[in-house]
Amino acid sequence: MNIVSLLYRNAFRHKLRTFLTILGMTIAILAFGLLRTVISAWYAGVEASSASRLVTRSSISIIFPLPISYKDKIKEIKGVKIVSYGNWFGGYYIDEKNFFPNFAVEPKSYLELYPEFVLSPEQKAAFIRDRRGFIAGRKLVSRFGWKLGDTVTLKGTIFPGNWDFVLRGIYSGKYDTTDETQFIFNWEYLNETMKKTVPRRADMAGFYMIGLTDANMASDVSVEIDKTFKNSIAETLTETEKAFQLGFVSMTEAIVIAIQLVSFVVIIIIMAVVANTMAMTARERIGEYSVLKTLGFGKWHIAGLIFGESLFITMTGCAIGILLTFPAAKIFSSALSAFFPIFFVSVKTIYMDIISAVIVGIAASIIPTYRSINVRIADGLRKIG
Amino acid sequence: METKKPIVEIKNLFKSYRRGSQIIPVLQDITLDIAEGEFMALMGPSGSGKSTLLNLIAGIDKADSGTIRIGDVDITKLSETELALWRSSNVGFIFQFYNLIPVLTAFENVELPLTLTGLSRKQRKEHVSMALEVVNLSDRMDHYPGQLSGGQQQRVAIARAVVTDPAILVADEPTGDLDRVSAEDILGLMERLVHELGKTIIMVTHDPRAAKKAHIIKHLDKGVLNEYSQSAL
Repeated sequence: MNIVSLLYRNAFRHKLRTFLTILGMTIAILAFGLLRTVISAWYAGVEASSASRLVTRSSISIIFPLPISYKDKIKEIKGVKIVSYGNWFGGYYIDEKNFFPNFAVEPKSYLELYPEFVLSPEQKAAFIRDRRGFIAGRKLVSRFGWKLGDTVTLKGTIFPGNWDFVLRGIYSGKYDTTDETQFIFNWEYLNETMKKTVPRRADMAGFYMIGLTDANMASDVSVEIDKTFKNSIAETLTETEKAFQLGFVSMTEAIVIAIQLVSFVVIIIIMAVVANTMAMTARERIGEYSVLKTLGFGKWHIAGLIFGESLFITMTGCAIGILLTFPAAKIFSSALSAFFPIFFVSVKTIYMDIISAVIVGIAASIIPTYRSINVRIADGLRKIG
Repeated sequence: METKKPIVEIKNLFKSYRRGSQIIPVLQDITLDIAEGEFMALMGPSGSGKSTLLNLIAGIDKADSGTIRIGDVDITKLSETELALWRSSNVGFIFQFYNLIPVLTAFENVELPLTLTGLSRKQRKEHVSMALEVVNLSDRMDHYPGQLSGGQQQRVAIARAVVTDPAILVADEPTGDLDRVSAEDILGLMERLVHELGKTIIMVTHDPRAAKKAHIIKHLDKGVLNEYSQSAL
């Protein structure tokens, strides 16, 4: 018998109360973990962005295109290794609810610039060769059950009409943070169609993606690109890919802040619940703690018993909560794949779960411990009987 | 006649409590010696200060002034932490309501004070078995307090009090919650501890039958100590 075994048995003295507190902690950690995962998913694009890539767009707004002639001028700037370009297509498959990101890009340079999109050399060659070809991420292909060679029709919104594409490749992500729900097709197909149907919209790129020879030159190259097109009919704004992605996230920052606040409110609520449990527990045992003190147990022993019991409850709830977060995140991921293409429980989230549980366990037992160790033994003994 | 060396020496002890702005004197100028191996009963009406005196002797309360010397140690000079350490090896406690930990078995309750010592698990087991044998409860060592009668629980509490082999035992109304037969049993056991193991027992009681078992009876009234003769009971 030792103090730890007493702590453990104390924790299960009121089985229902302990069970309900652990259940509360489990639900809180599950909710906290899922909310933190939603926030991570929100920033997934930012996380996936590279420090050695820049994005150039119209300085007025992303919706204003830039002339395709900028490509060669950008290429000449010192520090630029690769230039690719593309347009946000904004089409949907069969029904508007089937949303997924779809872009028209220059295939060769794009795939060179984004090595995290992994596909076989044969599929890569087939995609570059076929102007109506497209590649799609593993998750997107699986979502709609497409097979290589299938013709897929997207309904254009920004570029109206029905657009037929042939699936030439299925990429998988090199990293966990790589989006596997994208639909990428040949910019030439879009441009040729525009030349025929709306000539004024032809030979225009929505954005340029620039690979650098050295990531440290990002700032200098950005300034140089924007300087090159200063006072032209389409001035540019060049920023790192991360800043570009953050620009999108900042549009929805209020939602992210709200989710963050809710996630912390969940923790504060469970802290109050555990504090209440520990206050009841300590009050009931004030006599016993006095008995222990008469036997020679010191303040640290009493504090250890209360803190230990509180941490035992919160850490048990935390462990169960973490275990449940994974299947719950999987369900979320499949249900919300259109909105959160990258939705997985990160190690950082697990650490935050554990830290939260430790903070809750400690904070909830501060006042009960203070009261228990400071009560006079004679007063504590009077509570018995 | 040989005079026994006092194990407890109390000199000019004062203790008062504060209630709001009012100071209530509880013990007034108490001077008392208790010899080693003596069984002393402290009697007196409720609120007379007998439990307070017992708590002061046991080192679980602090006096306003005066000295309490137990053996060679003046416990009024000890800090709270030092007192806790001192209590763990020098005093055994027997309470009216037994005060056993309900989630621990009889064996574990008796073992509890030994967890503060450096004894090995095997040594602790030997000590606990011996203590339970003294109180004749070896066959109930795996029972939880809720599975024992009041008398048996008090015997477990006595085993817990003696397991560290303290010089003095303090007992606050040890028979107060027991029926007559169990009370006799416990008092008999306490007499054995004095006669066979040489323990010094200081017992607070309201019960004249319990007090009759003691060698000396002291009477406290309004914080003042008086001698009491056995024949007066």
